Amino acid sequence: MSINRGTILKSIAQPHLRTDIPDFQAGDTVRVDVKVTEGTRTRIQAFEGVVIAINNAGVGKSFTVRKISFNEGVERVFPYNAPTIAKLTVLERGRVRRAKLYYLRDLRGKAARLKSDRSRIMREQAKVVK
Amino acid sequence: MSKGILGTKIGMTQIWKGDKVIPVTVVLAGPCPVVQRKTVATDGYQAIQVGLGERKAKAIKKPMLGHLKKANLTTVRYLREFRDFTVEGDAINVDIFADGEIIDVEGITKGRGTMGVMRRWGFAGGPASHGAKKWHRRPGSIGQRKTPGRVYKGKRMAGRYGVERITIVNLEVVEVRSEENLILIRGGIPGPNGGLVVLKAASKGGK
Repeated sequence: MSINRGTILKSIAQPHLRTDIPDFQAGDTVRVDVKVTEGTRTRIQAFEGVVIAINNAGVGKSFTVRKISFNEGVERVFPYNAPTIAKLTVLERGRVRRAKLYYLRDLRGKAARLKSDRSRIMREQAKVVK
Repeated sequence: MSKGILGTKIGMTQIWKGDKVIPVTVVLAGPCPVVQRKTVATDGYQAIQVGLGERKAKAIKKPMLGHLKKANLTTVRYLREFRDFTVEGDAINVDIFADGEIIDVEGITKGRGTMGVMRRWGFAGGPASHGAKKWHRRPGSIGQRKTPGRVYKGKRMAGRYGVERITIVNLEVVEVRSEENLILIRGGIPGPNGGLVVLKAASKGGK
C-alpha cells in the first residue's frame, strides 16, 4: 500500500481554492470587492490599488494591494483563496520589470505611476476575439 | 475508556470555514486491525492491541508472524495497545472520533541533531553586544564550587535534540472523513510527514 501524500493534501485543499479570480500580475491595478460583515448585515467594500506583490505559497497564496488614501499609503494583503473576496476586477495592466514592487513605497505622485502594458492588453483582446 | 487509533501524518494544509482560515494537519488513520484482545483474566488488564501499515514478509520476525497469525493477519508495521477500550468487529476506524471532538495526539518529534542549550532547553544565552566577548550562546555556570565539586546529574546541556515521544493535548478534530480514513486536526502535530501518530481521547477531559 503506497500512499501519495501530495495527492491527499491536494484533495483536501481543492474545494477551498478559488478558480474564478481572473489572472493578474504585479503592477496591475485591481479593484477587490470585499465582503464585510457588520453584526448581521453583509455589505461589499471595494479596495482599489496596484498589486505590488504576489506571494505564491500554494494554498496560502496571497497578494498585496497598495493605494494612496488621503495622502497616506495604504497596503492590504488579501489571501488569494479567501471566500471574503466577492469579486476581483482588473482595471489596468501595468508594465513592470520585477515581481515585487516594493520600490513604489518610496515613490510619490508622478514618480509612482506605472506604464500601461499595451502588449498584454492586446494579447488579451485577441484571446477574447477568438 | 480511552479510545484511540493509529495513523500516518500526511501533512498540513489550510481550509476555509466561513470567513476564517483553519490550519489543519491531515492524518490517514486506520483502519487498524485488532491483533489481540487482552483481558483481566489472562493478562491482568483489559486492552486491545492493534496494528497499522505493512512491511515486507521477510522483514517480519517469525515470533511476530505467529502472533499475527492468531488474528489471521500477515503483515503489520506498528503495534500499539489501547487500554480499557474495545471495538466491535476486527478493526478500528476513524469514525470513533467525531467532528469537533477534543483529542490528544502522540508522536515522535523530528530529530534536530546536536543543538546548543538555547535551542534545546530555552536558555537565555548571553548579551549580543555591550562588550560581550564570545559569550553569546553559552550555558553559563553549570554548578557550584568545591561543594559539591561536581556537576549534578541531569544538568541541562547541549546535545542531541528531538526524536522524543511527546503528546500534544486538547487538539480539535475539524473533520472526519470516514470513507477515506482521513481526519483533519486543527494545528500542528509532532513528527515528520509520513510518521506514526497515535490519536487518543483527551486525557485532560477536553477544554
